[in-house]
Amino acid sequence: MDKLVYLDNNATTKVDEKVLEEMMPYFKEEYANPSSMYDFSKKSSHAIREARGKLKDFLGAKDEREIIFTSCGSESANTAIRGVLANSKKRHIITTKIEHPCVLNVYKYLEKQGYKVDYIGVNSNGELNTDELSHLINDDTALVSVMWANNETGVINPIKEISQIIKSKNQETKFFVDGVQAAGKVPINVVDCGVDMLGISGHKLHAPKGIGALYVNSKTMISPLIIGGHQERGKRAGTENVPYIVGLGKAAELATDNLKYEMTEVARLRDKLEKGILHNIYNARVNTGLAKRVPNTTNIGFEYIEGELILLHLSDLGICASSGSACTSGSLEPSHVLRAMNVPFTAIHGSIRWSLSRFTTEDEIDYVIEKLPKVIDDITKISPYQAELKALKELKLAK
Amino acid sequence: MWDYSEKVMDHYRNPRNVGTIEDADAVGTAGSLVCGDQLKIYLKIKDNIVTDAKFQTFGCGSAVASSSILTEMIIGKSIDEVKKITNKDIADQLDGLPPEKMHCSVMGYEALEDAFKNYEKDGYVSLEDVKNETEEKMICTCFQVTDKVILDAIKTNNLKTVEEVTNYTKAGGACGRCKGEIQKIIDNYYNGVTEVKKEEKLTPTQWILKVNNVIESQISPELNKDGGDIELVDIKDKDIYVKLRGMCSGCKNSTITLKVFVESTLKHALGDDINVIEVK
Repeated sequence: MDKLVYLDNNATTKVDEKVLEEMMPYFKEEYANPSSMYDFSKKSSHAIREARGKLKDFLGAKDEREIIFTSCGSESANTAIRGVLANSKKRHIITTKIEHPCVLNVYKYLEKQGYKVDYIGVNSNGELNTDELSHLINDDTALVSVMWANNETGVINPIKEISQIIKSKNQETKFFVDGVQAAGKVPINVVDCGVDMLGISGHKLHAPKGIGALYVNSKTMISPLIIGGHQERGKRAGTENVPYIVGLGKAAELATDNLKYEMTEVARLRDKLEKGILHNIYNARVNTGLAKRVPNTTNIGFEYIEGELILLHLSDLGICASSGSACTSGSLEPSHVLRAMNVPFTAIHGSIRWSLSRFTTEDEIDYVIEKLPKVIDDITKISPYQAELKALKELKLAK
Repeated sequence: MWDYSEKVMDHYRNPRNVGTIEDADAVGTAGSLVCGDQLKIYLKIKDNIVTDAKFQTFGCGSAVASSSILTEMIIGKSIDEVKKITNKDIADQLDGLPPEKMHCSVMGYEALEDAFKNYEKDGYVSLEDVKNETEEKMICTCFQVTDKVILDAIKTNNLKTVEEVTNYTKAGGACGRCKGEIQKIIDNYYNGVTEVKKEEKLTPTQWILKVNNVIESQISPELNKDGGDIELVDIKDKDIYVKLRGMCSGCKNSTITLKVFVESTLKHALGDDINVIEVK
């Protein structure tokens, strides 16, 4: 492929060179099992301890013993949810309609096991209805589970406010936050925000795929998902994946260093892209209105055309983005997040998520702004909704 | 990423015959905005020949490719030839579609069918239309798929499971509540129940068509699997004369195949009072 403009960083990110560099010795000479009893294993056991410390700082935890390394975001979520419920007699759970499938499907499974699960909705901007939450919490509520930022829209949920609502209603209710899409994009402080458990995934913040972490505060008891050896203080058996743990530690450190850049420069480029698209393309709309979002994401609906076709044409130009359309997933139904927001049917199938990273350049954004109008125009031309499109164009011109 | 064939990619990159025909003789649509794909096809017909065809599609790459190649397949063809086109022909012309995308080819077929439903020409009466004058029942309310569409897809593509029906028609792909009904349609088709219902007053031609349909859709594909085939030789009222060809003829088991499989299938579909006679 000649040209590559990668704007799908909410799907996965490029491994930072510095991360890879840090990992390399643990693939090569430092291969010792960190649990072994000789000097040779010291380096790898120290490396894990150091990485744990970096994660503690990154998430604002009190103690590094509150960090558990896992294999991915899904494992972090499964460990937290199923682990905490195994230690509770309560049978009620509250979550949201817009959680990632790796969380949502755990609750669908638990419903079949006899748990009662309430799913809170969102408004048309994708913002959570927190009033609904406060009404639903009762004595039997074991767990409230809310994602920090949504993967499709980037909309940020008010985690601190939600924690206060929970604790004011039921002190025993635990609070799990899926932090996968927030880590590295907004400041995270679990203590300040009153979070009991928080999961992250390495490959969303420039570490490789196959590593994740879970924060569980010292007051929260969980049972392990993977039973076996004593690793991770008995919370996650299996020989530590030393190079990847080291990589995640480095990625967390770099994410902290780059947070300011992310929140200013990446946000500026995202806003430039968004404005450029809206200015040049009359049948484009931002699906999230004025909601507060992570700095790297925008979700734009192109009315009366279909998303997969947009992605295929963009791919021919070397541009990578993703779509909430039914066709891309093979599921036949459009994104559950956009449906929960009641995005109009005219736009839901043509919704494209653009997600930037600190490696996105101004030239790349300019390239997309330059190329996209023709792609959209070509596809719009073959749409059977020419009358509706004409009306939309006139409406836009009148403004 | 889907594994689209070169042909599919060529057609969504450079769709042929895009647009409308102002004075079209027939216009057909399939799908809807809500469902995520819609196809509109415009036909110009002269002396029973499709002289021009144009399309507009709201949909994914394979939907555009299916529409585009369909227009190429029908221009210059007679109505009778065009009416024989199935979704399978569309998919074959595209060098195949991913299983989950087969419904795009079905949509092309449906739009074509819809166009002919709206097409009226003095003196033109299609036997198929007479035969198909039965009430359609909505099975999948999420994607607006009727029993007829599902049955057609099963017949044309030899579908055996609910999942396959979903891939080809989208039915059952959303809430999934109609999966039981889809299973029933599959069961009824392979046990021949659907065909028996409105049997009473068939004209001789309709009877022949019916018998032929059962042979073509239910028996032939099964024999084909073993490298054989069956040919309908003659029908004299309830006596059906057939010839077994290829691997089946001369095969020791051919008598058993004929008696057990062919006869039971025909009897299931057409009634117990028929006789199957093998012509050597």
